[in-house]
Amino acid sequence: MKYEDFKDNETLKLFEQSGGNILLTTVDAVINWGRSNSVWPLTFATSCCGIEMMATGASRHDFARFGIEVYRASPRQADVIVIAGTIVRKMAPVLKRLYDQMSEPKYIVAMGACAVSGGPFYYNSYSVVRGVDEILPVDVYIPGCPPRPEALLYGIMQLQRKIQKESFVNRKKIQK
Amino acid sequence: MNNEELKNRVLTLVPESIITENKQFLTVIVPPDKLHKLAEELRYSEDTVFDYLFCLSGVDLKDTLMVVYHLTSTVYYHDIVLKVNTTDRINPQFDTVSDIWRTADFNEREVYDFFGIKFNNHPDMRRIFLDETTIKGFPFRKDYVDKNIIER
Repeated sequence: MKYEDFKDNETLKLFEQSGGNILLTTVDAVINWGRSNSVWPLTFATSCCGIEMMATGASRHDFARFGIEVYRASPRQADVIVIAGTIVRKMAPVLKRLYDQMSEPKYIVAMGACAVSGGPFYYNSYSVVRGVDEILPVDVYIPGCPPRPEALLYGIMQLQRKIQKESFVNRKKIQK
Repeated sequence: MNNEELKNRVLTLVPESIITENKQFLTVIVPPDKLHKLAEELRYSEDTVFDYLFCLSGVDLKDTLMVVYHLTSTVYYHDIVLKVNTTDRINPQFDTVSDIWRTADFNEREVYDFFGIKFNNHPDMRRIFLDETTIKGFPFRKDYVDKNIIER
């Protein structure tokens, strides 16, 4: 992506005006830099987007460079849950339980068309949840079917910028 | 055995069956109460060893429910298709073949899950894929109505 797009701060200004915290002290800046560069995800992959996520973690596009060093198998130890894949109605309570078990601060990345809005199963399906935001609050949406590894990396970078704009002490979170 | 000999064999065992010609496999429509006996004979007799049930599926034609069994032999490499019909849509039942071919255990649970067809003497007759609390009814039937579906 172009350097100008990465440094584009207009969307961040919108985010700040809508209620994200503006006051950052130096301590907050350092803490947020540390937090954003070491998000550890929970192992969660339901379908084809999970393969793309594994490809992103492999050696060609490596997301350990971005701080996603290791996947935690236990939700108690994870920071982010990257929902890669289709969520069916049988899986939805299980996912909600996993999210409830994660400890604050936690984030959600909806990866792929199925997690964003139901994807190719939006019409005429009796068992697919139309988008994960019917059950959970999502921070970053990554469209694509499946999104390229570079798109997933872009989404992770956006999440990092979002974390850096938060105030660690006074963190507002939208509860659902 | 080729199709002619198989046809004669099936007609001697179950004379009321209907044979359909000109399909890829030899297709036999049996009455539901003769199914188990015919299947057992086809499996265990020495000259037609149909020991591999490679597909079991349910079908919903508008007024009848049907179950289709595809059999093949790993010894003689011949195939046959058995079909059973019922017009009872409220409580359809057939005999299970899971004591003859063990793979039918899971396949018949899938047919029950999606069509509602029960199998008598099945060891574990319950849903296998769908969740009873969120999906009520049997989705693959033609008259299935779902309030939450978004049509196109």
